[in-house]
Amino acid sequence: MKTFNDRATKYPMPVQDPLVRSQNFEEVALGYDAETAVLEAKRCLHCKNRPCVKGCPVAVDIPAFLGKIAEGAFEEAYEVISRTSSLPAVCGRVCPQERQCEKECTRGIKGESVAIGRLERFAADHHFAHTQDKPKPPAPNGHRVAVVGSGPAGLACAGDLAKMGYEVTVFEALHTAGGVLVYGIPEFRLPKKIVAREIENLVSLGVRIETNSVVGRLYTVEELQEEGFEAIFLGTGAGLPRFMGIKGENAKGVFSANEYLTRANLMKAYEEDAETPIYRAKRVAVVGGGNVAMDAARTAKRLGADVCIVYRRGREELPARKEEVVHAEEEGITFRFLTNPVEVITDADENVVALRCVEMELGEPDGSGRRRPIPKENSEFELPVDCVIMALGTSPNPLIKQTTAGLETGLHGEIAADGEGRTSLPGVFAGGDAVTGSATVILAMGAGKNAARAIDEYIRGK
Amino acid sequence: MYRILTRKSLNPSVTMIEVEAPRIAMKARAGQFVILRADARGERIPLTIAGCDRARGAVTVIFQIVGGATLSLDRKQAGEEIADFVGPLGNPTDVAGVKKAIVVGGGVGCAIALPVARRLKELGADVRSVIGFRSRDFVILEEEFRAVSDTLDITTDDGSYGERGNVCAPLKRLLDGETFDAVYLVGPLVMMKYAALTAKPYGVKTVASMNPIMIDGTGMCGCCRIRVGGETKFACVDGPDFDAQLVDFDEAIMRSRTYLAFEAEARERHCNLYKKEVRG
Ligand SMILES: Cc1cc2nc3c(=O)[nH]c(=O)nc-3n(C[C@H](O)[C@H](O)[C@H](O)COP(=O)(O)OP(=O)(O)OC[C@H]3O[C@@H](n4cnc5c(N)ncnc54)[C@H](O)[C@@H]3O)c2cc1C
Ligand code: FES
Repeated sequence: MKTFNDRATKYPMPVQDPLVRSQNFEEVALGYDAETAVLEAKRCLHCKNRPCVKGCPVAVDIPAFLGKIAEGAFEEAYEVISRTSSLPAVCGRVCPQERQCEKECTRGIKGESVAIGRLERFAADHHFAHTQDKPKPPAPNGHRVAVVGSGPAGLACAGDLAKMGYEVTVFEALHTAGGVLVYGIPEFRLPKKIVAREIENLVSLGVRIETNSVVGRLYTVEELQEEGFEAIFLGTGAGLPRFMGIKGENAKGVFSANEYLTRANLMKAYEEDAETPIYRAKRVAVVGGGNVAMDAARTAKRLGADVCIVYRRGREELPARKEEVVHAEEEGITFRFLTNPVEVITDADENVVALRCVEMELGEPDGSGRRRPIPKENSEFELPVDCVIMALGTSPNPLIKQTTAGLETGLHGEIAADGEGRTSLPGVFAGGDAVTGSATVILAMGAGKNAARAIDEYIRGK
Repeated sequence: MYRILTRKSLNPSVTMIEVEAPRIAMKARAGQFVILRADARGERIPLTIAGCDRARGAVTVIFQIVGGATLSLDRKQAGEEIADFVGPLGNPTDVAGVKKAIVVGGGVGCAIALPVARRLKELGADVRSVIGFRSRDFVILEEEFRAVSDTLDITTDDGSYGERGNVCAPLKRLLDGETFDAVYLVGPLVMMKYAALTAKPYGVKTVASMNPIMIDGTGMCGCCRIRVGGETKFACVDGPDFDAQLVDFDEAIMRSRTYLAFEAEARERHCNLYKKEVRG
């Protein structure tokens, strides 16, 4: 029997037809079936130096789980991934694999890499489709830990601590747990039932989730310590959306991507009978080139708008996952590269009527090593739009810093923490976007897991 | 879930409820707000805390019925529950060192002005209150204000109760007569804009309590942004109180109109639903 599959390209991912999916909010990528998964997994060369593992921020044992899938031992594949990752069904869907594991894959030198992300998703989906049993809480060790924020960092930290027997309470500001996974990333990319399942599992492990609890207001970090939490993990996320500071930016039809996406994802404003309004625009310009920009653009498309993405650098520099860019293009979203907005033009009633932009060209490399875009002279033009969505990144939320004496922060106000999540305050740990600024799900998850280990050490050492 | 302890209609379009939320009742200070959702599918509504009863663990909020979400909330009776109630959000009103102050409330904004007046009185300040309404039928909290104010002026637009006109005339009279440490403005944006203009020549510290459209109320979405002194500020984390002389009220007024059409439609939809229910 031939076990190695020498096909040069990945097995294609079945997807909803672009014309159909640009009208609905259901998941775009449908997932491999078992047969395709086995064939794709067999494309792994099982090379000696395993570069993919080094490419993975949490060092999932990729060749091992691919080997298990190739054997048809799907549940075992899931177990291998679970040793290092808390959220395989999520990461398989949203990780920028082309910049991590798949970038390093030896198969990718000639032809395409193995579809590691798709196979991770397959293993996780297979597990959840075939297991009903819920994890059981281990014997309690009598120690209490508070986790602030229920994004990937908080969830991973809470899960690992609960498995060690800690009594964990998660405090979440919003009415639903999940962080960016519920309010930011849209249903069509990450179905909310997947996030809900991860949270149910935590609850089965004995984790308590207190929604509607803003730490810094309802409880300060100090008050949590006084209430008997021996350690506190801060996973409060990236913070406030940034704006450009251009004229007209506060007009009625200008939104941050966070606002627009929260209305759609968390508040389900696209549903017929939703109480939360969302701006029904005809022509939308989305400013930015990351995942957030792609998500906002594709959401606006599904709400019936013509959408154009305005990005100040070139296609090669787009920070978004490649798959999302391809999907966006297939859905009919247009891109204006090397273009930067200079003014939002409004009518007498302050409705947006156009976005005035300037063309850019690439100059010398900047601090990030990317060539710095500089405006071209006399290149201004107007894009006729009735709505502008800004997806320009974030700056740290000051709330925890302001209400926690002695908590040190970095240059821009992000919480300062070492690689294990230790902050300047004993017993207070932090990780994820709150420490790094907007990054990725896998990095936040990894930070949560590292902090769980450090918290365990800290409490044992007391 | 959070239980509604009491419910009272203050006038045809303004309702007061007490919600059971002991921890919030313990922590809240004048000027802070909550965000609530009536039902699991409801909109997040920001409402300033009008009072707390720590012994009973009760938080009072007063709301005007403007759109679909506040209509849903208004239909909840005492004993029923609402889905979410989060707070206390925003920074408390800064009353430190204020010995003599004017508190100006407009319409349902009086609900928010009252705890500020009460807090100042507790701290032993000389408190002069000015409250304005459209007409007699809309007057709320008169007795409550009287109890915590050294003087109280009431105005109505049509003169059907108190002095005819808006809050600016009595405000000006007070400022002409004596010097004050601070003026606190809470009410419709247009009222705050003109009250701020009235106070401007006197060089007195003037504070406006802003209540823009919000979603999360924790500094995540950016929809509560306001221009203050040329800078973009976020009402939920930087406010809700700002220096009234620096707030760009015109922009705030324009931004508050973002979802007017949607709200009108929601009202319509609700009325139709209601009609259906009534007809059976
Ligand atoms: C639209 C969008 C698309 C993205 N797409 C991708 C992608 O495809 N791939 C990828 O890898 N990454 C993506 N990211 C980035 C990724 O989602 C984040 O890096 C990750 O979620 C960070 O996790 P976190 O746990 O640090 O914070 P978050 O997920 O932001 O969670 C923080 C949580 O803390 C809560 N909180 C904040 N303050 C308080 C407080 N004071 N008290 C209590 N709770 C509080 C918040 O409400 C929130 O629920 C995307 C981000 C966005 C916004
Ligand atoms: S309400 Fe979202 S940032 Fe203030």
